[in-house]
Amino acid sequence: MLTVSHLTYAAGNTLLLQSVDLRLDAGKLHLVIGPNGAGKSTLLKAMGGQIRPSSGTIRYGDKNISAIGYKELARIRASLSQQQELSFPLKVWEVVMMGRYPHVRENPGHKDTRYCREAMQLFHLETLADRDYMSLSGGEKQRVHFARIMAQIWEPIPGACRYLFLDEPLTFLDVHYQFQLMELLKTLLQQPNLLIVGVVHDLNIAARFADNILLLHHGKLIAQGNREQVLTSENIRNVYQLEPVVYEKDDRYFLAF
Amino acid sequence: MQINRQYRGVYPILAVLLILTVLLSACYGAVNISTGEIYDALSKTLSGHSDLSLNERIFMEIRLPRVLFCLLAGSALAVGGVLLQALFRNPIVEPGLVGTSSGAAFGAALYFVLGASLHFNAGEWTLPIAAAAGAMIATFLVLGLSEKKQTGKAVIGTLLLMGIAINALFLSGTGFLSYLARDPQARSITFWNLGTLSGASWHAVIITSVVLAICFWRSLSYAKQLNLLILGEEEAMLAGVSVQRLKREILIINVIMVAVVTSFTGVISFVGLVVPHLMRIWRGADNRYLIIGSALTGAILLSLADIAARVLLRPAELPIGIVTSVTGVPVFIFLLRKKKYYY
Repeated sequence: MLTVSHLTYAAGNTLLLQSVDLRLDAGKLHLVIGPNGAGKSTLLKAMGGQIRPSSGTIRYGDKNISAIGYKELARIRASLSQQQELSFPLKVWEVVMMGRYPHVRENPGHKDTRYCREAMQLFHLETLADRDYMSLSGGEKQRVHFARIMAQIWEPIPGACRYLFLDEPLTFLDVHYQFQLMELLKTLLQQPNLLIVGVVHDLNIAARFADNILLLHHGKLIAQGNREQVLTSENIRNVYQLEPVVYEKDDRYFLAF
Repeated sequence: MQINRQYRGVYPILAVLLILTVLLSACYGAVNISTGEIYDALSKTLSGHSDLSLNERIFMEIRLPRVLFCLLAGSALAVGGVLLQALFRNPIVEPGLVGTSSGAAFGAALYFVLGASLHFNAGEWTLPIAAAAGAMIATFLVLGLSEKKQTGKAVIGTLLLMGIAINALFLSGTGFLSYLARDPQARSITFWNLGTLSGASWHAVIITSVVLAICFWRSLSYAKQLNLLILGEEEAMLAGVSVQRLKREILIINVIMVAVVTSFTGVISFVGLVVPHLMRIWRGADNRYLIIGSALTGAILLSLADIAARVLLRPAELPIGIVTSVTGVPVFIFLLRKKKYYY
């Protein structure tokens, strides 16, 4: 379980997050939505321990995140960041194996090789394993990094939660892989003690897959809950200045603009 | 999937090549020495006899320290290249480009000129320490001045241009010192700017091997963190690397290593650039492999260059810096043009 209380983050004179309170349960897919500059990435970075909040606390279970060392943190939380260019000829499997580094003292062993293989299978990377990372397309690179961060928290920790943060994971993926990834996250969540928080822009993806939607606006948490509670005409109008039409049929919930 | 097998078999091949090169390098030079003489010289010295023949004495007092020092210098310069390239996440950086070599040269020249006229001498370590101080100042000038104020990160273009400026400054400083210097010192400075192994002695071998042993051990312990760093600073932090500390340590290791070698040999360029490139093309870019592999390959290639430097104009000798530049520049240009992703 992840608890955020009175989280405020200021950069210079601008408040990027204002007194955010959250309680996120394991086993659910939490998706953060909101317009550009709403503070989505900042929230994710704070929850992942990458930036220190100006005030407020973040707790993993009952442990304050600032009391967890950065090496320990790397074994229980993984985070997909905006990818950067790489100018060295690394093989795909080498990049994925780096996910295991926080767990190994000297060289990765058999267990790490197995996890690495399983993580690659999850993202259909077996055939690309020996390819040069630099020769891949944007979407393929994205899948490699996914496999890497999954390998990082592959092993369940008895009695403790693992945390996965995904900042705009769908950016480089086509519709097919977008849906496949979301389905995959749902499957992964059947494992015990895994908590996933992601940032998405597509409201219909959020409506379809999220167990819990967090709507941010100007650094404040405007609404939280299931799609019927968050994705209302009123909320969308207030935050995005657009008038949506909400379709609800059987199990489908769809917004059109 | 060939997981973990990619780098297998590399070190035995390099080890065999290294032994062959050492033998060649020990035998050929201004005077050719036979393997029998080498064996006699070693066994007599080890058993405490002092009745060595002329060739045996040349081997023990001149050739062997030079051969060994050349191995050390080659590996240090190559590993220095690997470290800097990982640090800047860019494969075209080398110690010469960021001011380390020219700073070391300036520090050493200062020692040659001032040390001699002030009769100042703090023992055998004075020269390497003066060079390390010069290298430290020049490198931190280049890095400090090319950092962006807001982000604290150095942009590669700015870094290279700043390197050119600071290199010019320190080279002209060295030039000024050699202009001031009286003849014997001036001559050693000139030789020094071209790079030479002719000054190698047992004393240089001992100092350098002590320093390099520590530096290599430290760099190897950082190899996995460097791998994460080439993915990006954010990725490295998320994987539990303390990035600021890593960058500081790697920079210091690199500066000390390169400065100590440079203090005895002068500026030898292109080893730090070409060797890691070759190693990456051969097998890949894992820094654990690159550090060990480049150390071995750097030692081999610099030894070959040294043989050429000794044999081509026999009995005179070429400064080795000229040999590495003449062979390194075409290789570098070829690599840059062939592998488009390198820049």
